[in-house]
Amino acid sequence: MDNILDTLKAKYTYVTPRPSADHPAVNVPADRLREFATHLRDEHGYSMLLDVCGVDWDKEQPRFGVVYHFYHGARKLFLRVATLAPDDADPIVPSLADLYPSADWAEREAYDMVGVRFAGHPNLKRILMWEGYPYFPLRKEFPLAGIETELPAADTAAATGAKVISAPMMGGPFFAATEDKHHMSDAEPRANDQSWTEDKPKPGQRG
Amino acid sequence: MVSSTEFAYNSKVEGEIVVSQADAVVNWVRRHSVWPMPMGLACCAIELMASGGARFDISRFGMEVMRFSPRQSDCMIVAGTVTYKMAEVVRRIYEQMAAPKWVVAMGACASTGGMYRSYAVLQGVDRIVPVDIYISGCPPRPEALLDGMMLLQEKIRKEPGATGLFRPRPNEPVVVGAK
Repeated sequence: MDNILDTLKAKYTYVTPRPSADHPAVNVPADRLREFATHLRDEHGYSMLLDVCGVDWDKEQPRFGVVYHFYHGARKLFLRVATLAPDDADPIVPSLADLYPSADWAEREAYDMVGVRFAGHPNLKRILMWEGYPYFPLRKEFPLAGIETELPAADTAAATGAKVISAPMMGGPFFAATEDKHHMSDAEPRANDQSWTEDKPKPGQRG
Repeated sequence: MVSSTEFAYNSKVEGEIVVSQADAVVNWVRRHSVWPMPMGLACCAIELMASGGARFDISRFGMEVMRFSPRQSDCMIVAGTVTYKMAEVVRRIYEQMAAPKWVVAMGACASTGGMYRSYAVLQGVDRIVPVDIYISGCPPRPEALLDGMMLLQEKIRKEPGATGLFRPRPNEPVVVGAK
């Protein structure tokens, strides 16, 4: 395992090792990412791209990054490659969709959820949320309950008056209590703050 | 087995005529031929399928004819999580169903959004379609679904029949399992 890291470090000067609890991991600058992925695929046998995750590092600079997991089919090895998007206002990293076809949908999901754009992607549009949704839901400033906005279908909204609402959290998020609950029916999911429900308004708020 | 009480129509006593009200007959027919539109969106659909199987046998209530075309069905069983992206599809299918039509919200997600207090999930299908029966459970067992469908039958029995066909239908929810 270690000799892969050493090989990569010796061969490519822009690669820096990355702390990892499991698989070997490296940092690569965004402008060398395509070059590095091409080498990984053609020379080092990492034939498969398993996952592309967009990351929001919140307060850190640069704020947005992308983490890739590559797989060596013959030797059954994983390799984690992390990169950072230099511009916080418009995070862009190069697309790997033409090198690894599996990157296509994964990059669309990362774009949809975190808002990292992938330069050179053949069809970079939302994959989970609907077209025209104004937010990126997995960014740190986005609340879990969501933000009120228009329903994707104008005719349904006109007929029913329904909107995309901020979900009522009712003291949530919900979790299953496990300590000294020996029966499943006692360990039903419940909210941290049980003082307010659908019937009782939140303390200090008008119902 | 000999029974001393006559419950059913007896041709020897009543001849070949049954006297009833038109509304009662219409409602009796509707009640026993509810054709569901299986709007299976998540794991509740598995329980819905189990209800159609031999063990639970929804056909005992005349509801085994699951129609995948809204134009041939009476009752939309919303079985599962309705996302905002799917909401327009649910609404459009509901609109294509011929009146009289009913909606059953099966399970926690369809009734209230359930555990998905989230930016992506519609917080209850009653925001876009009028729901007649809410069934609790995550997912509800087939018995709970059958209980809900029997409550729906009871609701249809009390409806004003043909006279109310083209009037806007009041939305009076019945909650299965409510005390």
